[in-house]
Amino acid sequence: VSAVPDNGGFPAAGSSAAVTSGIPPPAMLRNNALMDAIFRNLTRFFAFVVFSLLAAILVSLVIGGSLSMQKLGWEFLWKAEWNPVTEEFGALVPIFGTLVTSTIALAIAIPVSFGIAIFLTELSPVWLRRPLGTAIEMLAAIPSIIYGMWGLFVFAPLFQQHVQPLLAGTLGKVPGLDVLFSGPPMGIGMLSAGIILAVMVIPFITAVMRDVFELVPPMLKESSYALGSTTWEVVWRVVLPFTKVGVIGGIMLGLGRALGETMAVTFVIGNAHRLSPSLFAPGNSIASALANEFTEAVGDLYTSALIELGLILFLITTIVLACSKLLLLQLAKQEGTRT
Amino acid sequence: VSAVAPRSSATAENPRYRARRRMNTVMMAISTVALLFGLFWLLWILGVLAWNGAAALRPSLFTQMTPPPGGNGGLANAIFGSVLMAGAGTLIGTPIGILAGTYLAEYGRRGWLAPTTRFINDVLLSAPSIVIGLFVYAVYVSQVKHFSGWAGAFALAIIVVPVVVRTTDDMLKLVPNSLREAAVALGAPTWKMITLVSYRAAKAGILTGVLLAVARISGETAPLLFTALNNQFWSADMNKPMANLPVVIFQFAMSPYEDWHRLAWGGAALITLLVLGINIAARVIFRKK
Repeated sequence: VSAVPDNGGFPAAGSSAAVTSGIPPPAMLRNNALMDAIFRNLTRFFAFVVFSLLAAILVSLVIGGSLSMQKLGWEFLWKAEWNPVTEEFGALVPIFGTLVTSTIALAIAIPVSFGIAIFLTELSPVWLRRPLGTAIEMLAAIPSIIYGMWGLFVFAPLFQQHVQPLLAGTLGKVPGLDVLFSGPPMGIGMLSAGIILAVMVIPFITAVMRDVFELVPPMLKESSYALGSTTWEVVWRVVLPFTKVGVIGGIMLGLGRALGETMAVTFVIGNAHRLSPSLFAPGNSIASALANEFTEAVGDLYTSALIELGLILFLITTIVLACSKLLLLQLAKQEGTRT
Repeated sequence: VSAVAPRSSATAENPRYRARRRMNTVMMAISTVALLFGLFWLLWILGVLAWNGAAALRPSLFTQMTPPPGGNGGLANAIFGSVLMAGAGTLIGTPIGILAGTYLAEYGRRGWLAPTTRFINDVLLSAPSIVIGLFVYAVYVSQVKHFSGWAGAFALAIIVVPVVVRTTDDMLKLVPNSLREAAVALGAPTWKMITLVSYRAAKAGILTGVLLAVARISGETAPLLFTALNNQFWSADMNKPMANLPVVIFQFAMSPYEDWHRLAWGGAALITLLVLGINIAARVIFRKK
């Protein structure tokens, strides 16, 4: 990297004017002051654009959804009916589907990501860390629509034939759990959507966990090893307590991703506006309802109700992501004071 | 056995110690299984794509238009539309992102704007892309009353911006301050210091950010559904609805037609190849630095 700038516009070092006076001509100083002001304000302007983007999205969604808010009121949030013909709209089913699929996703992704992060930071030989880490990161690079297609054509049929009967035969026989695993195995449905979401958020949670695990001062770990701890004890009693806040931040980041994931869920969730306790049943999530219905929505109220759904999704994800970010910032601050 | 020094009874034969060792072995095995679990999905998905995509990747994919059901065809118009919109989105989003990121890293050491913007930017980075689509629909499409390629490009640009802001900010912060001080000591004004010193030092990193942003938007479907919509025909008019690869894949995959499925697999393999290729290239470029 060449660090030294060309001396564009400046008197060359050897030129007599620069040597004798040492000061560039006033016109050049004025030009530079002007350019400085222009460049500074240009960057500030665009920073302000980014700053106001969040608010702009929020305001546009509130305006777009205002008709539905006026006509349907707060009832929108807990009504289960969704009937475009009679213009009855309630957000309960999509909200329920979004929460259920995200919960399944996290239930799978948290332990798996934790395991992968331990492997990458403690177990893996150094030369394998980078390729393995990159491979896991590639899971995040694969576009959502690819997950959807693969889920619909490859995963769902296998899931229907092999996994669902197994679950129904085992967990489905346990009293209390049986409602979760009842109904015909269809391949698509909430459980499939949740599992695919889990695979999609694993790289995000893993990346944060790995990064915060690496923040632990080696001295702390070495002290623990010197006292005779096993690797697991070091991870569980030293690394995890030290990075707790960051780990929760990473989980929240994964949650934020899972809540808003659209295409993969749309392919496999089944898109049924029905409320069912069974995880095998098809359902709907906010994002998939939008993806499926928005362009075909006729009538202002229908469109407005969908935009209000989008507003709900945006509010939830923004809050979750903001919490995640705050936790991670807190860890960074802690890091500054503790060591 | 009892003759051995007490030290060994404190380790090898101590049941408590053995239990701890066993716990450790089990947990480390689980951790290894977790890694294999993660790799398993990656290999499965890539394998399926290679298998189905290889059958569909033919020259006609790039030369023929999207067909009606039952007809022969390719994805030429969709590929062209995608390239056009992703290109426009990148060209709009990159300068905005770099300039905003410059403010955060270079000017924003004091004051409230930079930390707040950095925070908001991180939220936007993970915001659901479908909501970005709704936003562009609300502020642009519903005003001009038609879906268009520009609307798609705007939506993609909004996704590009936070990625570029984040990497520009991070990479400029990595530039050692002594370089800046050297430039200023030579009499360089701030704008020259940034453009000639900071940018040059952070070039590879910023380029990586732009590449990652391109990779991210190449596969984005959700924001295009309500903005660019789709188009069965070749169209280079950015003011008209425009065909694009992700939405065509969505439409074809959800259809009941076998030959549409085959084309969808071809498109899916193409996008994945591109996205993974860019991701790996970005890593190589950054590492070389």
